[in-house]
Amino acid sequence: MTELLVAKGLAKAFGPTNALVDASMSVRAGELVAVMGPSGSGKSTLLHCLAGILKPDAGSVTYRDAELSAMPDSERSALRRNDFGFVFQFGQLVPELTFLENVALPLRLGGMRRAEAERSAKVWMDLLEVGDIASKRPGEASGGQGQRVAVARALATEPKVLFADEPTGALDSLNGERVLRLLFDAARQTGAAVVLVTHEPRVAAYADREVVVRDGRTQDVELVA
Amino acid sequence: MSIGHALLGLLENGPRHGYDLKRAYDERFGHDRPLHYGQVYSTLSRLLRNGLVQVDGTEAGGGPERKRYAITEAGVTDIDGWLGTPEKPEPYLQNTLYAKVVLALMSGRSAQGVLDSQRAEHLRMMRALTRRKADGDLTDQLVCDHALFHLEADLRWLELTAARLDELRVVST
Repeated sequence: MTELLVAKGLAKAFGPTNALVDASMSVRAGELVAVMGPSGSGKSTLLHCLAGILKPDAGSVTYRDAELSAMPDSERSALRRNDFGFVFQFGQLVPELTFLENVALPLRLGGMRRAEAERSAKVWMDLLEVGDIASKRPGEASGGQGQRVAVARALATEPKVLFADEPTGALDSLNGERVLRLLFDAARQTGAAVVLVTHEPRVAAYADREVVVRDGRTQDVELVA
Repeated sequence: MSIGHALLGLLENGPRHGYDLKRAYDERFGHDRPLHYGQVYSTLSRLLRNGLVQVDGTEAGGGPERKRYAITEAGVTDIDGWLGTPEKPEPYLQNTLYAKVVLALMSGRSAQGVLDSQRAEHLRMMRALTRRKADGDLTDQLVCDHALFHLEADLRWLELTAARLDELRVVST
């Protein structure tokens, strides 16, 4: 597998707090990597730096040999829209839109016509087993269904890397497991790499390998089994 | 796992030969540790001695005599008692891992290394169980989930211990 995303020697401080001190990791095409660590260890900051949402104070992040911090903002935004997908724990769906419109939104932003975007969105919703609630809005469905819609939206643009930050943190075990299984199955089908931030070992066990963050430093515990 | 109670439970469905009991046990409970024939017959002898099973018939075949066993009323009462009594939680603090961490600290070796390698081993096992669960039926899923939750509890302990190594070093050395 080729290395898609490489972070080297990342440091990031928020005021007096050093969130990252010396963090390095790589993600190969199509692999599923769990980023683990206790609360406040810097794992979410690492994910945000990898995804080009945050600029590190030191170190570099390269995606397909291009350094993210050297890109103009517009290019980095386009990269996030086209090549990266995101799933967070809460609040990622637009409450005024139906689930179908939510999933179609990134495709519409990418310039796709409405009918085509909604047709494609429906395919993704069916894959995530939420096709039957396409006309409902967030708030009219369960948390588990909402997260599956969020995964469908993140995958609709067929990203090369899917970033997921505690995607099942607000769900009970059974619903969390269902979301994870569908997320990983869909990622394997599309060949997307997944970077999954979690503090739960059972969630990390779905990945191919894990990177541990402690006090802002990374530690690659295990290579692909 | 009480093999005696498991065999008694299997006999509640009707009398069986020792061989059939082993097969039924292995199918349901023995995925990782199938019973030896010796364990089956020694357990049945004990149950017989204690009046929890009785010989229901004997068949002469080409090989040795085959006894068929049936559960007695006392056996049924015993199962009732067993199922109604919660299992005692394991005293985890006395386990090998705790001893290894303390001994590493006492000898100046890397306790973090002990914890990290154990952590990796636990995660390897959890990945294997997660894969098995994905391919398995509902029984497999429940069995794997039980193991996964226990391993996760161990991992949380490993994390907490890693965070407390400095304190532990002070009291261990």
